[in-house]
Amino acid sequence: MRVNFTVNGRPQEADDVWEGESLLYVLRERLGLPGSKNACEQGECGSCTVRLDGVPVCSCLVAAGQVEGREVVTVEGLAEYAKEREAHGGCASGACGTSVDAAKRWEAKPAQDSQTGEGVELSPIQQAFIDAGAVQCGFCTPGLLVAADEMLERNPSPTDADIREALSGNLCRCTGYEKILDAVRLAAARQERQGEAV
Amino acid sequence: MAQNTRTVPVGTPTDVTQNHVKGGIGESTLRPDGTLKVTGEFAYSSDMWHEDMLWGQILRSTVAHAEIVSIDTSEALTMDGVYAVLTHEDLPAAKNYGMEFQDTPVLAYGKVRHHGEPVALVAADHPETARRAAAKIKIEYRELPVVTDEASALAPDAILVHENRDDHHSGHVPHPNIVHRQPIIRGDAAAAAERADVIVTGEYTFGMQDQAFLGPESGLAVPAEDGGVDLYVATQWLHSDLKQIAPCLGLPEEKVRMTMAGVGGAFGGREDISMQILASILALRTGKPVKMVYNRYESFFGHVHRHPAKLWYEHGATKDGKLTHVKCRIVLDGGAYASSTASVVGNASSLSIGPYVVEDVEIEAIGLYTNNPPCGAMRGFGAVQACFAYEAQMDKLAAKLGMDPVELRQLNAMEQGTIMPTGQVVDSPAPVAELLRRVKARPMPPERQWETAGEGADVRALPGGLSNTSHGEGVVRGVGYAVGIKNVGFSEGFDDYSTAKIRIEVINGEAVATVHTAMAEVGQGGVTIHAQIARTELGVQQVTIHPADTQVGSAGSTSAGRQTYMTGGAIKNSCEIVREKVLEIGRRKFGSYHPAWANAELLLEGGKVVTDGGEALATIADVLEDQAVEVEEEWRHRPTQAFDLVTGQGDGHVQYAFAAHRAVVEVDTELGLVKVIELACAQDVGKAVNPLSVVGQIQGGTTQGLGVAVMEEIIVDPKTAKVRNPSFTDYLIPTILDTPTIPVDYLELADPNAPYGVRGIGEAPTLSSTPAVLAAIRAATGLELNKTPVRPEALTGTL
Repeated sequence: MRVNFTVNGRPQEADDVWEGESLLYVLRERLGLPGSKNACEQGECGSCTVRLDGVPVCSCLVAAGQVEGREVVTVEGLAEYAKEREAHGGCASGACGTSVDAAKRWEAKPAQDSQTGEGVELSPIQQAFIDAGAVQCGFCTPGLLVAADEMLERNPSPTDADIREALSGNLCRCTGYEKILDAVRLAAARQERQGEAV
Repeated sequence: MAQNTRTVPVGTPTDVTQNHVKGGIGESTLRPDGTLKVTGEFAYSSDMWHEDMLWGQILRSTVAHAEIVSIDTSEALTMDGVYAVLTHEDLPAAKNYGMEFQDTPVLAYGKVRHHGEPVALVAADHPETARRAAAKIKIEYRELPVVTDEASALAPDAILVHENRDDHHSGHVPHPNIVHRQPIIRGDAAAAAERADVIVTGEYTFGMQDQAFLGPESGLAVPAEDGGVDLYVATQWLHSDLKQIAPCLGLPEEKVRMTMAGVGGAFGGREDISMQILASILALRTGKPVKMVYNRYESFFGHVHRHPAKLWYEHGATKDGKLTHVKCRIVLDGGAYASSTASVVGNASSLSIGPYVVEDVEIEAIGLYTNNPPCGAMRGFGAVQACFAYEAQMDKLAAKLGMDPVELRQLNAMEQGTIMPTGQVVDSPAPVAELLRRVKARPMPPERQWETAGEGADVRALPGGLSNTSHGEGVVRGVGYAVGIKNVGFSEGFDDYSTAKIRIEVINGEAVATVHTAMAEVGQGGVTIHAQIARTELGVQQVTIHPADTQVGSAGSTSAGRQTYMTGGAIKNSCEIVREKVLEIGRRKFGSYHPAWANAELLLEGGKVVTDGGEALATIADVLEDQAVEVEEEWRHRPTQAFDLVTGQGDGHVQYAFAAHRAVVEVDTELGLVKVIELACAQDVGKAVNPLSVVGQIQGGTTQGLGVAVMEEIIVDPKTAKVRNPSFTDYLIPTILDTPTIPVDYLELADPNAPYGVRGIGEAPTLSSTPAVLAAIRAATGLELNKTPVRPEALTGTL
């Protein structure tokens, strides 16, 4: 079958999709977007988390056909997504989510240096993960970033209990989660400081 | 394609002086692969892709022990999209491989020896096609009785898991179903027991733990025009893989070119070969690139696990708390293939009494062959199981003596100069008592944290959490302590070395260095510190880390906490040789201009040649001009000795690492639910080359120990030897809700034998974490709890 949907603001068309394929498989193997990860492929680990019409979902549990005509944001589009969100009022009100119109106005831009990633503009949560030491092997990182970014959109000043609750569907085996908590706190604090400066 | 070459960005600014480069050792520089990992661009082994590639799929045995009567591949072969269906009959060369014992079949022939053993292989143009084709292969088994424990392995009529063993341990083991036996006898334990005022005994059971790295076993094999293969895989040791892969492909090693793909965690589970040989065989057979990716179910069968163990201990002490003797017996289940079982036995035995002074010991550790899943390396490697038991014993002893459990440990704590049961003198700092003091002195987390200002409880702070099972009723707090000892590096006379190729040259007027090693970056941050070491030693700002591959000499394994010591040491050593060569060039060019060039104490700092007084003589760029200096050298730690097979005596270990934990838990005693509130760690790290990474390693290791304590276990049916929970639905690892705050306090007491004084850090925190949590649960409940993991039924008496 053919599936038409939008990924990171770009219309995409996937052909010859077998009906049993997951959104995760289509992203990774058909659209060249392997950032969403395949750690369990059974909805337990959260490493494949993407946003489907704004809602965080395990893309391994979404059948490709279910995304027909819908909007998907992956880790590859996270920086642009965050930038657009900020440009269009952020989400301090708590009434969040990106409208389809807004989503269509932006596109993910490729890294300037695909070898090192240097010079790439990052979203606050991405930068905070690097700065706080929240990345070790990094396999859980994309899913955690998408989930944490969505939480900060809804809840810009989360308590530790809020962070733990929001990220409880994302397994990490390397870090013991402490530096992931640090990273989310850091991103929230930076977001707050930026908000005050404005 | 995975080309992970990257220029290392410099991390957070620090207060280094103008003359020094930023980002040298001791600074928390940031990961060079961080940006790629947060943008989704980092190429893990499962992300590999190639035009025209096929997908490989393994068919695994559905039974644990059986003769293979027949294999019928005809139906699978007729399916559209299927390119190859292979069995053992199609293997091109050697039929077995293995790290220490070549006992593991590439594809089963004659027999299968454990549930999930690879039997046949499919290549197809879509992974689902490959799976369906594999399902159409018909295998007829004639089932055999299963060997599942010591009793069935050593019974008079026991069936042999491997007939006609001929390996380096088969000559001395008391039974062919024993992979290796290592006794240690020192002093006279029987006589010492006479002096004991108090004796405690215990029997302990340690469950089978899975590494549960998140990146599944995967990779890409690309057939090459010269008849060889290019292999992109995630592994812990490229050169060990290569040595095992090449003979099975019937190729010389130079025709198997391996490049490290991104590794999604390892923890010991990637020491053994997984899909490397099978993907290569399919690629060579079909002439097409072949990708293989295990799903999580298959991953549980696709790598070895931590050895489950039974442990018997007897500890004696005088009435004032001095240990008189320890006797112990440790039985490790190695499963169907040896993997690293023999080395795990050596570790369990030599580290079995913990970081304590005991002069009279009787120790025996054995590793079994059974039909259970193969077990091998996992973080902590034999020392984890022992620590769980000896620390439970220390608490038991303290209770019987009426002593404080921390004081009892401190009273018997080893220190620099202590003699191990193996006769080896601990010849660098061993701050065991101090580590315990530090975790104990830490303020306690506040009580009843679930209480909120308003009405009701924040259930998220309670055992049971969001399940809303308690508002504090029946919740009891407990506190427990533990400390452990772990060896660092490869032991028992193994020729353990690493290799570093260092190049320095001038690019755009600036001296830059390239570090090329075969070190497996599995997440630990080796790539970060490699650049730090090169900056410190060569005084250059820009350091490029070359991708790890087999075009450079072996780095040894990323395991045993050894890479900062070993590949770090190799880089330091090669850099020192490079530096001498640069200075030689400088002396030839500029020696006549300044008498200081004759001074032997010249350094490379801030891109310049400087005297030890700080006077700059020339820039490195002016010294080198268009000349490059390149050095590739092997580097070894001091040699170790094998343990005597009868007495266990021998200087078997390179270095020891120590960590202590304090666990604070709250238990809902009615439902048997445990919440770990805080798990504080103190550890001696020798030298924190990158403090941020050091803390991250300690927190991660601590959490894996927590998992074993309360939730992690691969359950194997004792009747059928089949695995019952191969999924993340049924095999639980700690989530962010299960993991408490983990305050870390590290000491930097240099080991004078190690580069920069470093001490391996990754493993020790995994040891003491588990027994500390167990001790805390015992303290809360008053229950004995001699088995990991502690599940609710063990706490409510409904077992």
